[in-house]
Amino acid sequence: MPEALLSTHGLNAHYGDFQALFGVDINIHAGEVIAIIGANGAGKTTLMRSITGLLANRPDMVTYRNTPIGALRADQVARTGIAMVPEGRQLFQSLSVEENLIIGGQIGRKGPWELEKVFRLFPILKERRAVPSTALSGGQQQMVAIGRALMSNPELILFDEISLGLAPIIIKSIYEVLPDIIGEGMSAVIVEQDIAKALSVAGRVYCMQEGRISLEGRSNELTREQISAAYFGV
Amino acid sequence: MEWINAIVQGVLLGGLYALFAAGLSLIFGVMRLVNIAHGDFIVLAAFLALSTTSALGVNPLLTLVIVVPVMAVIGYVLQRGVLNQTLGDDILPPLLVTFGLSVIIQNGLLEIYSADPQKMNAGAIETASLALPGNLNVGVLPLVMFGVSVAVIAGLQWVFYRSALGRAFRAVSDKQDIAQLMGLNKAHVFGLAMALSLAVVGIAGVFLGIRTSFDPSIGPGRLIFGFEAVIIGGLGNLWGTMIGGIILGVSQNIGAQINPGWQLLAGHIAFLIVLAVKPRGLFPRID
Repeated sequence: MPEALLSTHGLNAHYGDFQALFGVDINIHAGEVIAIIGANGAGKTTLMRSITGLLANRPDMVTYRNTPIGALRADQVARTGIAMVPEGRQLFQSLSVEENLIIGGQIGRKGPWELEKVFRLFPILKERRAVPSTALSGGQQQMVAIGRALMSNPELILFDEISLGLAPIIIKSIYEVLPDIIGEGMSAVIVEQDIAKALSVAGRVYCMQEGRISLEGRSNELTREQISAAYFGV
Repeated sequence: MEWINAIVQGVLLGGLYALFAAGLSLIFGVMRLVNIAHGDFIVLAAFLALSTTSALGVNPLLTLVIVVPVMAVIGYVLQRGVLNQTLGDDILPPLLVTFGLSVIIQNGLLEIYSADPQKMNAGAIETASLALPGNLNVGVLPLVMFGVSVAVIAGLQWVFYRSALGRAFRAVSDKQDIAQLMGLNKAHVFGLAMALSLAVVGIAGVFLGIRTSFDPSIGPGRLIFGFEAVIIGGLGNLWGTMIGGIILGVSQNIGAQINPGWQLLAGHIAFLIVLAVKPRGLFPRID
């Protein structure tokens, strides 16, 4: 295995007195797609917040290209090439669809993704570019959230619960475009509660339970029993 | 005829009130911060202009070139150094800190400039007037100031809704964490918002110092006018703030026309009436 693109090293995370993560170690290699699965409250979103800098940690607890980034602010982490599609879409409600996308690209990293390319990926957004982001359906909002993350031309993209709250048909169409996106040589982390969906696109899987990694393995080698045990702790 | 004159003068005065209010409205919109020291910064800007004009011997209107950038720098440094530390879920700390700043500025100015009323003289333009049909006379200087106010509001409107800076303001205002994920450092964006706010305060201060006499104690009164203009117009709407300023100015002048002692009272009554009839202001934008 080559050197990891992103690693966490004994990552602990706290919200005040409450400890949400306990010694989490994960590795993501260049070009790899991994899934992080786990029940509600297992610490998946906390892990994403720690990686992106929304939650400050000790510098060496998160390394990116062998550089400690654990203590960087979120805007500094974004500049290194990590983008996130946050849980619940989290679009800017005062901004139009197009402005939401432009905000994603304003850190100015070079790469293939720009407005027109996002519009080619999601043509409906081009049609609705001038409307407020709140006027879109949930699925269209998710497209904006994905496009917004792509606009920064990240090397690593984190998808936090992309299927949460969306109709199955929308989820299916979003998972259909994922390979196109990731095919650009990007690495990706997919956080999911839907295990089957996660396994279908990810090469490796980490399962979390109560703030710890309870299982790690290649998607095609893990059995349902192993995953159930790691997921539910039974 | 006196009444029409009172209304026209009130409209022109309203432009100045809109300038008082615009910066207040801007920072509330971006970071939900209510700057209690806003009026004192207006007075500080007026004294800065006074010192500049007496040191350089230039027309007070020219001091804008110095006062506006100096106020902007003060705004940025103040935000990064002090006010950012007070922002959070609790709205009380920024209120207390800016209240403290208000006391500090007033007493600082009192120490340096004494309590004597000051006024700046802008020369011949102060007495120049335009004769309008119907025996109306409108001062050139108030007219110029009104024009500048409209231009400032239009400029702020453009910045807020059409520029990259405004996009950043709106994004950070909507969702601070997510904006940070997009590479916007909210501490810096807030600093820029306060710089812009105090730049407008700089213009307001210079105009105030030319129009009327001022002393270190009048800041809180200007803050009230600014608040009233913002609330009358509706939160988050800059053109609404302009109209709020005009309503306030016109009410004050009509009050003064009835009885000189009623000037301020009439303004406050107009404010209370709007608050009673439309509690969210005439043209609210922020929900």
